[in-house]
Amino acid sequence: MNNDLSLHAQFAKVWDNLPGWGQLAAVNHTSIARRFMLTGTVFFTIGGVLGMLIRTQLALPEQELISPDLYAQLFTMHGTIMMFLFAIPILEGAAMYLIPKMIGTRDLVFPRLSALGYYCYLFGGIIIMTSLLLGIAPDSGWFMYTPLSSAEFSSGPGSDFWLLGITFVEISAVSAGVELTVSILRTRAPGMSLSKMPIFCWYILAMALMIVFGFPPLILASILLELERAAGMPFFNPAAGGDPILWQHLFWLFGHPEVYIIFLPAAGIVSTIIPVFSGRPLVGYRWIVLAIITMGFISFGLWVHHMFTVGIPQLAQAFFSIASMLVAIPTSIQVFVWIATLWTGRVRFELPMLWMFGFLFIFVCGGLTGVMLALVPFDWQVHDTHFVVAHFHYVLIGGMLFPLIGGVYYWLPHLSGRMPTMHMGKWAFWLIFIGFNATFLMMHLTGLLGMPRRIVTYESGLGWDWLNMLSSFGSFIMACGFGMLMLDIILHFRYGQKAKFNPWQADTLEWATGTPPTSYNFLSLPTVNTRHPLWEEPELRSTISDGAHGLRSIYHGRRELYGTDAVTGKLLEVIHIPSHSWLPLLSALVLAGLCISLLSRAYEVAIAITVIATIFLFRWVWVNGAHKIIAPVTEEEDQRGEPKLHSRTMSGPGVWGMVVTLLSDGSLYLSLLFGWLYLWTVAPAGKVPDVSSVSISMMAISGAFLTTAVLLYRRIVKRLRAQIVQNLSRQFSLVFALGLLHLSSLLYLTTASDLSFKANAHDAALFVMLIFQIFHSAIATITTGLQVLRVRKGYISQILPYEPAVLNPFWLFTLSIFWVSFGSFLLVPKIW
Amino acid sequence: MVNRLRKLSLFAIVLSLVGCNGRYSILDPAGPHAEAIMWIWWGMFTVGTIVLIGVCSLWWYAIRKSHKNYTENESKRVTNRLVVIGGIGLPVVCITALLAFGIPAGHSMLPWPNEKVIIVNVHARQWFWEVSYPNQGIQLTDEIFIPAGVPVDIHVTSEDVIHSFWVPRLSGKIDAIPGRTNILRLQGDKPGSYGGQCAEYCGLAHTKMKFEVNVMPENEYENWVTQHGMKKGARE
Repeated sequence: MNNDLSLHAQFAKVWDNLPGWGQLAAVNHTSIARRFMLTGTVFFTIGGVLGMLIRTQLALPEQELISPDLYAQLFTMHGTIMMFLFAIPILEGAAMYLIPKMIGTRDLVFPRLSALGYYCYLFGGIIIMTSLLLGIAPDSGWFMYTPLSSAEFSSGPGSDFWLLGITFVEISAVSAGVELTVSILRTRAPGMSLSKMPIFCWYILAMALMIVFGFPPLILASILLELERAAGMPFFNPAAGGDPILWQHLFWLFGHPEVYIIFLPAAGIVSTIIPVFSGRPLVGYRWIVLAIITMGFISFGLWVHHMFTVGIPQLAQAFFSIASMLVAIPTSIQVFVWIATLWTGRVRFELPMLWMFGFLFIFVCGGLTGVMLALVPFDWQVHDTHFVVAHFHYVLIGGMLFPLIGGVYYWLPHLSGRMPTMHMGKWAFWLIFIGFNATFLMMHLTGLLGMPRRIVTYESGLGWDWLNMLSSFGSFIMACGFGMLMLDIILHFRYGQKAKFNPWQADTLEWATGTPPTSYNFLSLPTVNTRHPLWEEPELRSTISDGAHGLRSIYHGRRELYGTDAVTGKLLEVIHIPSHSWLPLLSALVLAGLCISLLSRAYEVAIAITVIATIFLFRWVWVNGAHKIIAPVTEEEDQRGEPKLHSRTMSGPGVWGMVVTLLSDGSLYLSLLFGWLYLWTVAPAGKVPDVSSVSISMMAISGAFLTTAVLLYRRIVKRLRAQIVQNLSRQFSLVFALGLLHLSSLLYLTTASDLSFKANAHDAALFVMLIFQIFHSAIATITTGLQVLRVRKGYISQILPYEPAVLNPFWLFTLSIFWVSFGSFLLVPKIW
Repeated sequence: MVNRLRKLSLFAIVLSLVGCNGRYSILDPAGPHAEAIMWIWWGMFTVGTIVLIGVCSLWWYAIRKSHKNYTENESKRVTNRLVVIGGIGLPVVCITALLAFGIPAGHSMLPWPNEKVIIVNVHARQWFWEVSYPNQGIQLTDEIFIPAGVPVDIHVTSEDVIHSFWVPRLSGKIDAIPGRTNILRLQGDKPGSYGGQCAEYCGLAHTKMKFEVNVMPENEYENWVTQHGMKKGARE
């Protein structure tokens, strides 16, 4: 390495993306997050245009501009795009951009996963959009209620596009959720205990965990519905013991937390901006944290309020009604903390604050109608009317889009290094604010006058005419506002005044990265002793980039972060992360190929592609951890006065990533178990499942192999922890062999079982359970097989005990679901 | 009954003046369930508007009021007071009031056992409604006849996809779901014809899936049943 280069140039050499096409191999969080936000904006524009088409069709009674068929595609795609391709990804993008900078680190902890997530999002989005271009888009509404979306009533590929495409996009959401959780918990600046963490990070931590738990029910539901459509497994068909309401439960089990997944980061933006413009710390930090946690929990207990008209038992309706109302409490606690912060501060009224006010008005209005809708008898009247349409646009646009735009203006200087101005920004705000209210305020009345949602047109004389005209007119004003907003932001990149350091006098660390930021954010990583580092330690401005703090060596060429304790922020280890890589792009391309081949029902191709995908993913796994191209053991690493590299420990980020991923996986499994029990006990055609077609004794033998394998594996890990490494390779081989025995007996009993999964929903669920088990057992076994090789290569050893510690929770998970399945799927029905 | 009718028609006049009437208007009720929900709505609307204006004004005042330096303790006190009164007290009071009115109202709409009740089966299909009176042996399509002032239980089922049975001026809606039978209690107090429509998107002709509920005076209804029930009997 050239010693003449300044430290900054040396860091840039290690951290910068490859030039030209090499940008596609970028894994850096700033680059990836920008792509997320840019792509999200494009999808927002497309979704907005679809919305305008809907409003055009509804402007006058009995119009025939748009056919009912196209209209159904439009409202389905409008909702789908706005929810899945705009709201979630753009907020994840914002979080990915800000979180590492706010917690004082250089990157997210699994950079290649960020890139994979982005490409899955992009390709999934493109696949879904293609269906719209071809005129075969999904057309059963964005919540895809079956049986309308089933093969019988939607024989075209529209539903498949939705199910496969959205599942593909959700991989991206869940991977971002895992990554943000682990990053926030394990890579905060030394000294930054949870209670010193910027409030925004609490919001994102809650959002990320909610994604981890909340998305799997929908992923499972999509898999089940796709299996029903493609393979005839009748999960939702009452004639074969299924139930269409199971879909609704699984969908809203995801769908309601999703609303808070969208709201929380936006509220986090509000809680960040208001103190800065009030010139004082957020009052009631603890109140807010409490509110966030309460909200996260309650939001998983109120999904049934989307289903008050399906005829579920009254007591359940009352429970979910009250739970839905209770969520108003943590929400209003936040609103009043914001008011108290403004109250006790000295307020500067800049452009972001204008958006905060717009947010407050619209969101409180939407929240109030939300409480109204939680009242069951009122919901019986207005459910599925334009009142609900108005309500959720108030909540989503008010609760998510307004804070987001406020946040965009607030962080624009960070992205561009230039300041936004009031001139055009003010106009854009008022156009959007007035246009929005013109569109949606009186739409409540439209709903009260009885206009259902999703009707393609309406007859004159029902009192709806002028209201629809007003809404359509308002939506065009709003569209002009968005046009002006985008123009303002684009122009600002070119003509905006150069921003000075920390232009809004903020307290959080992201403003110390330089505007625009360098690829490594911080040249040296400071210790943080306060919740408001830039207010209380203004010298950080220069000391960070002078290299006065930790982890400033770069001659080794590794990208490094500090790993700290999840609660106290005590410095634990140095985390080395991979640099740019083509694997994410290639893996995502292969997965996109898989998605397309499933869409076109070319199952032979799909199998071939799955094999290729497996190879790519195992290649990825192979060049990971302590592999010599990632982090070879060198002498310098012990001599520079920094803690150990994480791959020399047994508690690095990989272990955390594995555990958080398994939480998500567990949520998927519990959804499956819920479906099984639901079909058995709640579905109208439900009866005790007949499970005699699966051999219980064979299953028990298979389980015995698995249990022995896991016990042995645990023993290896325990010995590694005690630095005992005799016969390591042989022991891994033994676990591998036992895993193979378990797997082959499981495969045998699955193929030998006499499951009629096309005729019976119970058998279909049992079959999915077996496949789920085989999938996990296979991954555990193959990975252990690879570990045998890695021991021989020297990537697992006395000083490199890391990788078994990462795989250990996976084995335990595989074992747990095996015996839970054994009990609940096989034993209980037998002895019932 | 007569008193209620008078009250209702008076209210209807006021509503038509402000544009709240209409064939499908929730705000122009013609039966006890829809009326109860309408009153709940107006109550919620009033409280909601006050809360909205109150919160926004408070926010505006907090921004605009002349600045004063608060000590750490003072700002803690301001915060706790605002959060406890506004953040917890306000929603708790509102929710309690809402439930106090809402639960009894909802309770009164449920299909409790009632000797007088008339049963009508409604079977939804893409895209029409098959109506049958199991006890009277009458079959109809897209129209229902019921007597005024008598509770009617609509047993809703579906042939194909999910639909939703809704007569806004009489009562709330209930979904028609394949594999299930849902019951909705309806009652019309004023004779007349009331529009019903499918409220759950059910495919291409969802928009056109409408029906009509004719509420007739009780004696006229008896006549109608004798006539049509007879006819059917004669056919058999």
